Amino acid sequence: MAETLTFSCNALIIGGSAGSLDVLLEIFPALRSEIDFPIVLVIHRKANNESLLTDLLQARTSLKVNEAEEKKALVAGNIYIAPADYHLLIEEDKTISLDYSEKVNYSRPSIDVTYQSAAEVYKESLVCILLSGSNADGVNGLKIVNNYGGRVVIQNPSTAIMPYMPQQAINNVHTDQVLHGNEMAEYINNLIKR
Amino acid sequence: MISDAIDNEQVEILLNDVLEAHGYDFLEYSHASIKRRITRLYAIDNFVSFAEFRYTVKSDKQYFKRFLEEITVNVTEMFRDPSFYKALRNDVLPVLGTYPFIRIWVAGCSTGEEAYSLAIVLKELNLLNKALIYATDINPSVLEKAKKGMFPLNYLKQYSENYVNSGGIKDFSSYYTANYSLAKFDETLGSKMIFSTHNLVSDHSFNEFQLILCRNVLIYFDKDLQHKVFNLFDSSIEKLGYIALGSKESLEFWPKAKEYKRVKTEKIWRKL
Repeated sequence: MAETLTFSCNALIIGGSAGSLDVLLEIFPALRSEIDFPIVLVIHRKANNESLLTDLLQARTSLKVNEAEEKKALVAGNIYIAPADYHLLIEEDKTISLDYSEKVNYSRPSIDVTYQSAAEVYKESLVCILLSGSNADGVNGLKIVNNYGGRVVIQNPSTAIMPYMPQQAINNVHTDQVLHGNEMAEYINNLIKR
Repeated sequence: MISDAIDNEQVEILLNDVLEAHGYDFLEYSHASIKRRITRLYAIDNFVSFAEFRYTVKSDKQYFKRFLEEITVNVTEMFRDPSFYKALRNDVLPVLGTYPFIRIWVAGCSTGEEAYSLAIVLKELNLLNKALIYATDINPSVLEKAKKGMFPLNYLKQYSENYVNSGGIKDFSSYYTANYSLAKFDETLGSKMIFSTHNLVSDHSFNEFQLILCRNVLIYFDKDLQHKVFNLFDSSIEKLGYIALGSKESLEFWPKAKEYKRVKTEKIWRKL
């Protein structure tokens, strides 16, 4: 853990698509309440049943789970879910912007869009986790996270229900860690600044 | 590939050029979104340097038309958010139907899908004959498309589903004729629309309305600009008129919001 002494996480973005919900349901109950950075979730899903994912995850953590709202500031210890059918971007002042522009990788919200935007703002203090999924969303965004010196953590494709997305990332970007789904919560808890 | 070829300072320079050379003010747009649009355009149009891009945007009138069309977001849908259209159909338009004449402003109408959706609901409520829809956008080229009332046929399945979910009772296909890859909508719908350019940033109020529909436009504006636009709407809406916004937009933090009452759980407010 020597590394965490010099590295300071100011934001965590988790991207996932098909098969990622199982991992999130495993991570959430294990998250410590002392988490001192905002967590943003960008999960591909159908545009209906708006609050379902928020409710599902809120039931499993004492951290506050919010549907991301435009112009709201990201607050440490809060979890924000990108709303279905909107891209989520982060402004210089760490507030949220939503965007209804064209889909990226057939997806809105697109993981690439949020990774890139977060990388430009948080630079080397950003951590991005990419989970299970069956398209290549996330890869281009992670390249930019690489450029800005942020951390990249990928779910081990062998433990992912849909290995394609994490495998694409491993093949194309610099990856700091490849973790099993059941190691993710511990990794996130270790990002807490002491 | 997405890259970060243009930095914040260059975005600022470019937007100042655009204001000076063309009179369009994007300086109060949400920064992250506009930067992404600019970076995207720079990449797809294969510019080799920022200097070249800057020069072209500044001095090439033809290219500026494209610039304007590409950095504003023109993605839209018919009957987008069906529950919203259900509320218009059941709670808002019947109230307006008691007036002798209904004036509606669709601000930021893009290619016209929302204006046509509205006209369909008005027609089904037998109100279209006494309604007038003013549909405006910053962008002249999307208005040209909107005027034609033709939408890509491959979206119509989705639109038809939206229509049914919004409480539509007719056969949706009775409103258009398929023409190669396009669906041409009934001309009686378009006959009640007036299309015109209007810039929410710099243009003034031009009439009084009973309903202003402005959906997924304000998310691209910063807070101060949002409040300016709400003030513009406030001066353009009659007492007891309605303002309707996109599903993620809100009047909530605007100082005059207390003078408005929310209609159920939709993003619709009524002026008190």
